[in-house]
Amino acid sequence: MKGLKKQRRIQVIVVAFAALVASFGMFYIAAPDALQFFRSPSEVAETPPPPDEVFRIGGLVADGTLVRGQGETITFSVTDGGAIIPVSYTGVLPDLFGEGEGMVGTGRYIDGVFQASEILARHDETYMPSEVIDALKAQGVYQEPNG
Amino acid sequence: MSFWEYANPRRFMAFTDRVMGPAFVLAAVALSVGLVWGFFFTPDDFRQGSTVKIIYLHVPSAFMAINIWVMMLVTSLIWLIRRHHVSALAAKAAAPVGVTMTLIALMTGAIWGQPMWGTFWAWDPRLTSFLILFLFYLGYMALWSAIEDPDTAADLTSVLCLVGSVFAFLSRYAVNFWNQGLHQGASLSMDAEENISDVFWFPLLVCLAGFFFLFLALVLLRTRTEIRKRRAHAITLRERAA
Repeated sequence: MKGLKKQRRIQVIVVAFAALVASFGMFYIAAPDALQFFRSPSEVAETPPPPDEVFRIGGLVADGTLVRGQGETITFSVTDGGAIIPVSYTGVLPDLFGEGEGMVGTGRYIDGVFQASEILARHDETYMPSEVIDALKAQGVYQEPNG
Repeated sequence: MSFWEYANPRRFMAFTDRVMGPAFVLAAVALSVGLVWGFFFTPDDFRQGSTVKIIYLHVPSAFMAINIWVMMLVTSLIWLIRRHHVSALAAKAAAPVGVTMTLIALMTGAIWGQPMWGTFWAWDPRLTSFLILFLFYLGYMALWSAIEDPDTAADLTSVLCLVGSVFAFLSRYAVNFWNQGLHQGASLSMDAEENISDVFWFPLLVCLAGFFFLFLALVLLRTRTEIRKRRAHAITLRERAA
């Protein structure tokens, strides 16, 4: 840069910017399939991964499916509105976990059941005081967010 | 009077001498009001309980971490094109502030993530690109101190800043196109009123203003220090030559 005239410096920067925008664009194009953090239940139902493959599944915990069994084992179903995949998990659940809430689980898909080794809760970007929710519930107008 | 006249170090010093004090005062007022309001006078969230209060540190620091890199990008471009030394020194001065903001955002995020998500860290696209931004900050500062000649150092760090801006923008927009990630959507969007209830939103705005003024005051202070170091260095060289 030191020995260059101003006009040439601007030309170099414009070329560099074009390259950087192109690299950003490549992230953008590759993102949906190449850099997935988790798979949706529909994707898992369509192309079930082999039982020895460890992957993540993400979606909402289906209402009325959460069963806390004996000991620490719990079962529930995860859904994205399309397919429903049953999940079995042994361990401690995060605070935000619950029916109708988002979750991401790591594990294997064996005989139609997702055997999770780790469960994470997923939070959406809604923030509301608990008093407001209690009041809304008391009036019967509260709707569960579909995050 | 043209904006570019502030590129004259003497003009810059005279102007910032008047601006810096008020910026520190505004930062102190906004931060103490915003943080006290946020920590002690807001209700608990309906799902997160009192853990929600960490957004008063996490959101402003993450916001500043990304925007400081954008500011460094702008000042680096001004240096590359117009060769104003003050501009290059402002970028150099902003980096340590930026890396601190990034570290605060990473740590508060981990502290929030453990009880809420169930993990301190996940290789989610947004988290990962933010971590890369943190490493870029470290590399940027290392490159400044690795090169002796100040103009060469300014040139090379400016180019590094151009490259790093990809990750600054990625960590901001990752949630928009990687919708299958762990991190929630932006808390600071134009439709934020729908997402964040006003009782959380107003103190958050005050905290954002506080973090911004703190950055402004610190970056002016550090830029002035860099200019004085340059002057001292020039005087030493002149004396040695005499």
